[in-house]
Amino acid sequence: MLKPLRASVRTANTLLSVYYAYMVEYRAELLLWVLSGSLPLILMGVWVEASRQEDLGLSPTEFIRYFLAVFLVRQFSVVWVIWEFEREIVEGKLSFRLLQPLDPGWHHFASHFAERFARLPFAMVLLGFFFLLYPQAFWVPNPGAIMFFVVAVALAFVLRFVMQYTFAMLAFWMERANAIEQFWFLFYLFLSGLIAPLEMFPPVLRRVVEWTPFPYMIHFPASLLMGTQVQVARSFGITLVWIAVFFVLNRLLWRKGLRRYSGMGA
Amino acid sequence: MSPIITVDDLTKVYPVAVKEPGMKGTLAHFFRRQYRNIVAVQDVSFTIEPGEIVGFLGPNGAGKTTTLKMLTGLIHPSSGQVRVADQVPFQRREAFLRTITLVMGQKQQLLWDLPTLDSLRINAAVYNIPDAEFRQRVGELADMLDLQAQLTQPVRKLSLGQRMKAELLAALLHRPTVLFLDEPTLGLDVNAQTSVRDFLRTYNHAYGATVLLTSHYMADITALCKRVLMIYQGRLIYDGSLDELLEQFSPCREITVELARERSPLDLEAIAPLQSLNGRVAHFIVPQEKLTYTISRLLAEVEVIDLTITDPPIEEVIGRVFASGTVSSQEPQDGA
Repeated sequence: MLKPLRASVRTANTLLSVYYAYMVEYRAELLLWVLSGSLPLILMGVWVEASRQEDLGLSPTEFIRYFLAVFLVRQFSVVWVIWEFEREIVEGKLSFRLLQPLDPGWHHFASHFAERFARLPFAMVLLGFFFLLYPQAFWVPNPGAIMFFVVAVALAFVLRFVMQYTFAMLAFWMERANAIEQFWFLFYLFLSGLIAPLEMFPPVLRRVVEWTPFPYMIHFPASLLMGTQVQVARSFGITLVWIAVFFVLNRLLWRKGLRRYSGMGA
Repeated sequence: MSPIITVDDLTKVYPVAVKEPGMKGTLAHFFRRQYRNIVAVQDVSFTIEPGEIVGFLGPNGAGKTTTLKMLTGLIHPSSGQVRVADQVPFQRREAFLRTITLVMGQKQQLLWDLPTLDSLRINAAVYNIPDAEFRQRVGELADMLDLQAQLTQPVRKLSLGQRMKAELLAALLHRPTVLFLDEPTLGLDVNAQTSVRDFLRTYNHAYGATVLLTSHYMADITALCKRVLMIYQGRLIYDGSLDELLEQFSPCREITVELARERSPLDLEAIAPLQSLNGRVAHFIVPQEKLTYTISRLLAEVEVIDLTITDPPIEEVIGRVFASGTVSSQEPQDGA
């Protein structure tokens, strides 16, 4: 019982440390990738300006905090597995992975997970820079909030990963599966709270959106960090259900897809 | 000893999308995609004993890679049976995956921007090789491959030959006993080819590994394989020893003549079928029974400085087999 567990821990350790090294190879690119995630910081400027002119329910300081939190969540939940997976299929690299006694998905998961740590210092520097610009927005969340936030961000990442990896499975059937991801990204952009906090949505829309997976990838963790009132238990529950749904779908498509992959010549 | 690889009536049929050229074809392709079945491998049967090194020959598109993919379990046969190391490959059970390896000369598994050693560490983790064991195996294989110094360099900085060796190291780290090698010397220079060949021979001796090898370089086959399988248009057309193959298909000899002065190709062609003419050196390939006659004519009609008689190059022989295969075997069947 203990032996397989120890072996799995060792495998995970090695995968993470090697993929961390791999990501650190791209340190110059990492800075650019971090910066490319600064859309929330641009939107922050827009919303802060708007809230100064009329009462939107959130104060300018709250908007600053919200979008800084969004920036942080986004940094930890960036996923690109669909492009990688597509390339593996096109270049035939998937075949090598299939001949190893470890599900190929773990390689992708480990490389994404390791990358979080590689980009952390850059994200922190950028965050520090913004607090210099807006010292009045600086806040220290309470330890409980931080703990919940960490769990929520981890789940947000897992959800986003499983979701995109599920779309990636369609690469077995179509030449450019990332077209689906790009279409889906539109919904993600608006419904996750990346462009506007859910508090700005009409109440009916907000109630509907709360049953979709989107808010749990951005809005929910960001709200936890800010200390806004959110339904913690229900939100965690919905996140887990969506992770499970996409996971089952993923495995189903994986099995069907492999049959097709081998049918077309691997 | 029972065979480690058993293949019975193996057949693979692929659907391939067909598209007519032009706008009309493109639209038809978009709305109603048509598929045609291509028979890639047909009724192939053979067995391989543990420890054998078998050459797998055939022109491009003959079905070699498809067969290797069925043997490794990457693709499912359309019909027929495959067993490798008492396992059904397509089930890809862990015990099977730990027994085999696949090396493809034109594809690589190493992480491009990291040193080989990092990719090896991943493989060690995937196959659960303990640290001490890992170091010992890497040391041993790197010695055999003469690759110690390059293990810490990023893969992208390695030469083609070094990269191929590193690929071999990665593919053999879990010490597989059945090796499927698809063009492992592709694009390598003569020295690198030789060292890869030497390594494969050493590995085969050291671990009693079974090797099925495809190659376009006949030197690989002659150096490593006593037995060859030959596949043409999806069918197995020869299974037997390399020597017999050469005897059966090469009842001819190559004559190399160094002339005292240059002659026109036409003059020489009149004496015997001229293979090539390089300044004063001419090569002829003549049937066995005409050997004496041709030599006496050569000596009588041109001034000869040196004359040697050898077996023709194996490429020549294989070419003849395939040429005769065209005549005897059927066209692949196409079905809608």
